[in-house]
Amino acid sequence: MSDLEQFRAETRAWLAENCPEEMRDGDITAENQCWGGRQWEFQSDAQKRWFEAALAKGYTVPTWPKEYGGAGLTADEAKILDEERNRISARKPLSNFGISMLGPALLAFGTHEQKLMHLGAIARGEIRWCQGYSEPGAGSDLASLKTKCEDKGDHWLINGQKIWTSNADISDWIFCLVRTDFDAPKHKGITFILMDMASEGISVKPIILISGHSPFCETFFDDVKVPKAYGDGNLAVVGEVNRGWDVAKNLLVHERGMLGTMSPLRGATGPENLGGYAADAIGFDETGRLDDPSLRQKIAQAEIDDWAYNLTVERMNDEANAGNGLGAKSSMLKYAASELTKKGSQLRMDIGGTEAATIGPDGIEYGSLANTWLYNRAYSILGGTTEVQLNIISKRVLDLPSA
Amino acid sequence: MSLILTEEQEMLQDAANGFLTENAPVAAFREIRDSKNPDGFSRDLWKEMAAMGWAGIIVNEEYGGSEFGYVGAGVLAEQMGRNLTASPFFSTSVLGATAVQRYGTAKQKEQHLGAICDGSTLFALAVDEGPRHRPEHIEFTATPHGNGYKLSGAKTFVADGHVADKLIIAARTSGEARDPSGITLFLVDADAAAIERTHTPMIDSRNAANITVDDLEVTGDDILGEVDGGYEALEGILSAGRAVLGAEMSGSSQQAFDITTDYLKEREQFGQKIGSFQGLQHRAAHLATEIEMTKSAVLKSLQLLDDDFESASATCSMAKAKSGMTAQLSTQEAIQMHGGIGVTDEYDVGLYFKRVHVAQQMFGDAGFHADRLAKRSGY
Ligand SMILES: Cc1cc2nc3c(=O)[nH]c(=O)nc-3n(C[C@H](O)[C@H](O)[C@H](O)COP(=O)(O)OP(=O)(O)OC[C@H]3O[C@@H](n4cnc5c(N)ncnc54)[C@H](O)[C@@H]3O)c2cc1C
Ligand SMILES: Cc1cc2nc3c(=O)[nH]c(=O)nc-3n(C[C@H](O)[C@H](O)[C@H](O)COP(=O)(O)OP(=O)(O)OC[C@H]3O[C@@H](n4cnc5c(N)ncnc54)[C@H](O)[C@@H]3O)c2cc1C
Repeated sequence: MSDLEQFRAETRAWLAENCPEEMRDGDITAENQCWGGRQWEFQSDAQKRWFEAALAKGYTVPTWPKEYGGAGLTADEAKILDEERNRISARKPLSNFGISMLGPALLAFGTHEQKLMHLGAIARGEIRWCQGYSEPGAGSDLASLKTKCEDKGDHWLINGQKIWTSNADISDWIFCLVRTDFDAPKHKGITFILMDMASEGISVKPIILISGHSPFCETFFDDVKVPKAYGDGNLAVVGEVNRGWDVAKNLLVHERGMLGTMSPLRGATGPENLGGYAADAIGFDETGRLDDPSLRQKIAQAEIDDWAYNLTVERMNDEANAGNGLGAKSSMLKYAASELTKKGSQLRMDIGGTEAATIGPDGIEYGSLANTWLYNRAYSILGGTTEVQLNIISKRVLDLPSA
Repeated sequence: MSLILTEEQEMLQDAANGFLTENAPVAAFREIRDSKNPDGFSRDLWKEMAAMGWAGIIVNEEYGGSEFGYVGAGVLAEQMGRNLTASPFFSTSVLGATAVQRYGTAKQKEQHLGAICDGSTLFALAVDEGPRHRPEHIEFTATPHGNGYKLSGAKTFVADGHVADKLIIAARTSGEARDPSGITLFLVDADAAAIERTHTPMIDSRNAANITVDDLEVTGDDILGEVDGGYEALEGILSAGRAVLGAEMSGSSQQAFDITTDYLKEREQFGQKIGSFQGLQHRAAHLATEIEMTKSAVLKSLQLLDDDFESASATCSMAKAKSGMTAQLSTQEAIQMHGGIGVTDEYDVGLYFKRVHVAQQMFGDAGFHADRLAKRSGY
């Protein structure tokens, strides 16, 4: 048996032994996944057991080095772990912005001490991070941000406002882009900084979405003092002062890569299989076909697109593992995934008809089809809009000229 | 298995790309078209391809093939799609070789596979009986006669049917016109007196034939596969054809797109390169994304044909659907983004547009395959 075959066999056995039945429901949604953090309470005993088993093995962050809480898996091994996990439809034991966004950026740009402190805490599910990028005047044009950060000798002094900070109200720390030089060209005066949300002077205010719920916040910084370092070599700033844009961009590639690995037609809450759902909801005509030919055709086309999309994620990963980095192609995946996700939940709503459009006594129910459909509108906006992804593909992948 | 080409397959790709751009570029195709070459391809070129092992690309080494499998065939077809290479590769090396190698008797293999590999015998598959692909609508009859059968009926748009030495004909030995069961495949000489072939030149300047057969007497030796059970074999042959046509369309999509992005980078209007206009950029970026999706779909279907042929049907169908949609979009956009020059005969993008349309119609367009997927999934 080759090493990888051996690894697969061991992984399969480990999953069989350690992943509780209740965690094998496949559909990972915002409300059933394990986020971690100081305020986290496990939703079930099974969720807790699964998390703890994964943690002991380094499988909350399988590819991270062992010294930072991971299992140090190679790309091939990680693929096998994913495949074996998907085979039994097991949820991820832990997922959050620390794992998908900050972690990879710290691995690339952090000092050893920064990695030891922050990566370990992320791996153990102790700290939940939020992303402080967008501002009221800086959305797609992120680099025009204005939150001000002044050097006060032993500390930084921060004033300004962020917006659309997902889950800021329930997060422990924030990774944030601030302006340290107002005179430099806009990309050259930005710094990437880490702060504890409990710091004096930080306040948050939730914003309710059309889905009736609120993962969103406005975040205000009012004379917030951030120490220069959280210990020896463990600076608040990641990378160099005024060079935060490099870190920010690296992180965005990971964010898009992560958003681009959603399984568009399935990841969303709701019946797993669109065609099966439609058959149940609508029924058949006398020839045994779905009793709505236009919907039938749209569902089938969407399933073909979804299938081709998922294979593309697999192929690009295989290419990356073979040494051809994903780079700006992650924008293709982000673009395709978000448009397809919207299409899928639109189709679900169309299949559900008026019934899917009803609400409960307390408004739009969290996790309902309608809730998901409304929330999914945001996929082509968050993490860089569809138009911005198309701009990136035009310039970085196709090398088309600038205006 | 990784969804990327192996080193060997990449080498084949480079070799094919080098050979075709050198020996069979679009200009050569134009010459065939403009000279009204009655074959519709160059026999010399086909001999060279055969000598390189392309004609026997999926055939096992024991019969003289190069045993590169369907991924290998797709790699070649993709480059042919890029160069619009006209050849009997598809009808002979993909359809004919699949039919004989997978479903033929030992004797049929012995007799035909070597001749496929050395390029001396050309095959064609006669399945459809109307303008749209409907593989189970077979009315062509095979009635028992003596120890064998008598074949009678008509087939339409048989690709390369006008030049084929051998025909594989799907005929009905029992059942009703739309039954998948009751179909039997026959492998016959194309120049038999009872067969009449009418050359039907196509919009893409390739050739096909309408075929009528009037009381052709055949024996049990001419049956390919099972009596009444031919649909399964037909399904396998069509699957291989669909995946390889997908690869060809993927190549054409990419080439039409490359020609277009080059044009966007050089053509100026309003004092700017037109590639700097967001109205075109976003469509180009969308197209690039669709082309990536198509490549994955096609490669997966080819790999599955090599790995687990029997299970590949649905996947090949989806790959055909995806590649057809993308190819149509890519070639339509290629014309549009070129402005007036795009609709001239002199410019190549129109040739891609025409070829892709025919390839999309062959063996089922995207709508046909979406319907199959829906049926198979029970809705
Ligand atoms: C659900 C959700 C969660 C989010 N979470 C976070 C978070 O946790 N942290 C955070 O920092 N941010 C977060 N965001 C913010 C998100 O990153 C921004 O909304 C996004 O970058 C777009 O910025 P904007 O909303 O200001 O839109 P704008 O930039 O004002 O865009 C308006 C429209 O103009 C288009 N447009 C803008 N520029 C161009 C251009 N150059 N070419 C073509 N079209 C253009 C856009 O595509 C869009 O259609 C979140 C957003 C959503 C919806
Ligand atoms: C069949 C036919 C008959 C014709 N007959 C005549 C005739 O009798 N007399 C005559 O004078 N002309 C005639 N024309 C020419 C016709 O008017 C031009 O082809 C047309 O104006 C487009 O110009 P172009 O071909 O140079 O394309 P280009 O201007 O080079 O355009 C190339 C591509 O770039 C796009 N593009 C250009 N600028 C922009 C922009 N600012 N923003 C976004 N996209 C842009 C275009 O939409 C197109 O997709 C004819 C054309 C055709 C096809």
